[in-house]
Amino acid sequence: MLQQLEGSRAVAETVARCRPEVVCAYPISPQTHIIEAIGAMVKDGRLAPCEFINVESEYAAMSVSIGASAAGARAYTATASQGLLFMIEAVYNAAGLGLPVVMTLANRAIGAPINIWNDHSDAMAVRDAGWIQLFAETNQEAADLHVQAFRLAETLSVPVMVCMDGFILTHAVEAVDLIDQAVVDSFLPPYEPRQVLDPDDPVSIGAMVGPEAFEEVRYLAHLRQLDALELIPSVAEEFAALTGRASGGLLHPYRLDDAETVIVAMGSVLGTIKDAVDARRATGERVGVLGVTTFRPFPVAAVADALAGARRVIVVEKAFSLGMGGVLATDVATASPASGPELATVVAGLGGRPITRRDVEGVLGRSAQGTLPRLSFLNLDEDVVARERARMAASRRSGPFAENVLRDLAAGGANR
Amino acid sequence: MFQVRIHGRGGQGVVTAAELLAVAAFDQGRHAQAFPSFGSERTGAPVVSYCRIDDHEIRTREPIDEPDAVIVQDVTLLHRVDLFGGLAPSGYVLVNSSQPPDGLGLGELVARLPAGHLAGCPATELALAHVGRAVPNVPLLGAFCALTGEVPLDALARALRHRFADEVAERNVAAATAAFGLVHDHEEAHRAPTA
Repeated sequence: MLQQLEGSRAVAETVARCRPEVVCAYPISPQTHIIEAIGAMVKDGRLAPCEFINVESEYAAMSVSIGASAAGARAYTATASQGLLFMIEAVYNAAGLGLPVVMTLANRAIGAPINIWNDHSDAMAVRDAGWIQLFAETNQEAADLHVQAFRLAETLSVPVMVCMDGFILTHAVEAVDLIDQAVVDSFLPPYEPRQVLDPDDPVSIGAMVGPEAFEEVRYLAHLRQLDALELIPSVAEEFAALTGRASGGLLHPYRLDDAETVIVAMGSVLGTIKDAVDARRATGERVGVLGVTTFRPFPVAAVADALAGARRVIVVEKAFSLGMGGVLATDVATASPASGPELATVVAGLGGRPITRRDVEGVLGRSAQGTLPRLSFLNLDEDVVARERARMAASRRSGPFAENVLRDLAAGGANR
Repeated sequence: MFQVRIHGRGGQGVVTAAELLAVAAFDQGRHAQAFPSFGSERTGAPVVSYCRIDDHEIRTREPIDEPDAVIVQDVTLLHRVDLFGGLAPSGYVLVNSSQPPDGLGLGELVARLPAGHLAGCPATELALAHVGRAVPNVPLLGAFCALTGEVPLDALARALRHRFADEVAERNVAAATAAFGLVHDHEEAHRAPTA
């Protein structure tokens, strides 16, 4: 039924319909509303049988999820930002052990400087951990991706992370068609583990593996990721047949036919970018959008296909690798077709800075004029940067640069 | 698309107001999107929330820089925070105050906006009288319905009954209805031909 709901509530209701048996999470903004809502459902019996386990940290939350999954339970958790980093050793272990935990990541920047707002730094920090990483464009897709995530995770014995933009999606109230319980039940069979800690049929999970077999074990995990590239589209198609909704899959192409310039992006910013593309299309410009829904495994062949006709590719991404540049852009470059479109990276939306339609149209304009550099930072205040560089040059004890920049801004740029 | 920006202080139900408005618009079969300004909200600190209403799917996620209506839940924000930046030339302004706009130093706005597009509403007093708490958000939404006609009062009432239980819902509906009446009467008087 279509309802006007907060994104976090839509995710919580959908996760509950996936019948998780163990939920263990530690609250952190902007994930908190999801966990609060699921906790309430467990408490009032709406989600049963399910054990909600309170722990003292994210490290424990992922560790409990691993234990629950190894014991054969369907396990769910959620986190964001510093919370994800705090659990990172266990994040790698869940994947390395092949345990199909599903986790919501309410994307948020990583400190320092501490910042609670949205960007994709947290997801990028664990891109090599061996989890499938899916990015939601809307709250409808965020909700739907969770149903697909459990199915993918349990079919492949690989954990899945559903990434949704913190605040921008988690705290937005918009229409979401919550999936019927009967549809979930037909789509998502009870969890049949490939490995389980069973006293009647004992195994040990988590062997120490030396140089004689480590490479093979890791390669097997890589192959499972490649299997996911095959499975993700078919699961999305099956989901679409049941619900009529095109949620999930590898990519979301938009107006790519005959597009000479293609913007590649992930997550909720795609909506704003589509508005910008429609505006430019109305003036006759041949522009399109490629939304990357599946970031890990990266759909190299599908991206190459989608960009085959492009002359210019602009990757707009909410994270970057310091000292290098774009993260998504590097993958897009690897996947780029032999025709070799010109590639530019625009780092945008860091730490919650808004990305507007006007901004995106500006980027398209600069690209058309040939003045968009290979790497740029959207709406970067170069004066603020130059003044801090000058302070650093002028004095050895110039002090902490985050504080200096804030003081500079508070003084209207007068503090030199 | 009709875009609303709501300014207030933490604890005044600024975020809830945008959500209620979105639910009321959804009730009318329209597309709506409500979201907060994502600050580290604290009681008493300036807070902003947004609501978009449209007949088509709303895809954009950017903050509202060019609102069609601005609701000010706390008069102490006037002249301290940029409340009316980007306001559409024929936009609406609603202020939580029993004073006329001229008395609030908003003469420039009165002159700039079409007649009848700026209204005051004693929302805190109405909330205290009907709900028993000094939370002005719901009366202001009732006043918003009367001022703009963008959402009908009965849709707001249904959103309130969806959000709150039993007596609390009815008290809020009463507060919204009272505010609607005040602004509606004022607007009617404004529209009446004068000699």
